[in-house]
Amino acid sequence: MNRILSYQEKNTWIHRLSGITKLIFFLLWCITSAMTYDTRVLLLMILVSFILFAVSKTEWRQVSSVFKFIALMMVINVIAIFLLSPYQGCEIYGSKTVMMPFFKGHDVTGEELFYLFNVVIKYFTVTPAIFIFLVTTNPSEFAASLNMVGIPYTIAYSVAIALRYIPDVQGDFQRIRNAQEARGIEMSAKAKLIERIRRTSSIIFPLLFSTMERIDVVSNAMELRGFGKKRGRTWYAHKRLEAIDYICLALTAVFCVGALVFTYYDGSRFYNPFAQ
Amino acid sequence: MNRKFGIKEVVAIGIGTALFVVLTQVQIPIGIPNTALQPRMAVLAFLSAIFGPVVGAVIGLLGHALGDALFYGSVWWSWVFPEAVVGIGIGLCAKKFAVREGGFTKKNIVLFNTVQVVANAIAWILVAPVLDILVYAEPANKVFLQGAFAFLGDIIIIGVLGSILLAAYSRIAGKSSSLTKED
Repeated sequence: MNRILSYQEKNTWIHRLSGITKLIFFLLWCITSAMTYDTRVLLLMILVSFILFAVSKTEWRQVSSVFKFIALMMVINVIAIFLLSPYQGCEIYGSKTVMMPFFKGHDVTGEELFYLFNVVIKYFTVTPAIFIFLVTTNPSEFAASLNMVGIPYTIAYSVAIALRYIPDVQGDFQRIRNAQEARGIEMSAKAKLIERIRRTSSIIFPLLFSTMERIDVVSNAMELRGFGKKRGRTWYAHKRLEAIDYICLALTAVFCVGALVFTYYDGSRFYNPFAQ
Repeated sequence: MNRKFGIKEVVAIGIGTALFVVLTQVQIPIGIPNTALQPRMAVLAFLSAIFGPVVGAVIGLLGHALGDALFYGSVWWSWVFPEAVVGIGIGLCAKKFAVREGGFTKKNIVLFNTVQVVANAIAWILVAPVLDILVYAEPANKVFLQGAFAFLGDIIIIGVLGSILLAAYSRIAGKSSSLTKED
């Protein structure tokens, strides 16, 4: 499935950053984006993340199909909000400017349009950050750096195993689906609900049971090699934090604190262009 | 090292998360826009019921965040945490289900379904909409409606597919050996 994003080796300074730097950036970025609803902050964040996106030499081809899919989801979400709550924006901004009557009780207001605009850009502030994180972070190096910041190495190892096995399980999944389709089990959406569950389970059964077997095999192999006997372990892919990492972390922290102070300065997380 | 959290759990989290992420692409549409049955929830319930609450919680958090990021390019955080709530809720009764010992029969199927309905109710009717409102300031009636659909979808898929998977696995695992594993 080419819709899955995956790590690609390239030589930019973003690729050379430690995995933990990128994770902290990503988490702080998400938290800031989750807390603010200030249009100006959100627009600045979008601008910054698209600049980083370009700097990391991520190609549009790598992410375009995912991107189009998100755009479609957003359109549906926006329509759902408008149909269910046409005056959410008016409640938030405390005024009502009717731009265009739609039908009874569902006028299109400036506040609602502005609120929906904010919902959309809020969503898109995070997307480039995720793309960058996923396509520029080496999974093994990432697990090593998780351990370095104090996360127990068993958990770090779980994360590494997850990232390592996604392509394998994906391969199993495709093989099983092809095999079942070859046997005449059609996966299209024409059948009845219970029939669809039955057909899906004809894929999930073999996939899940082979996964359980794989868990046994892998954990036995690790046990034989003495995994988990000592308190610590060393990592082949470990990288030290360098000056550029500290600079990036400092800049991220300053930016996020600044953005939140700016947002909450007037006591509201929303930027209100409708107030006089 | 904590005995309860051994190698098997580490690997179960890793490979379980991978499976959960891969199954993100399998959705059974039920005719309501933007809502579908998610077989991955049945897998989460299955793994929680076997490996316990920690494994369930981490697979829920990591799997949902990673799956969303890989397939949808964004993470809807307010729906990541309820996933962990479901994993913990079902995982807490893992010992009682006795799946690996071949004891997942009628009485435990009823218990499993009671637990999953309660866990899903807390997750999707309480936690998810409240986080949606706090984080994303979305309209209350919309998020509670979405939460209700997610709740219904999940209890159906876990109730049907999850129960079948557990019962089948319990039959196989219980029969294949009379020996017990030494921890």
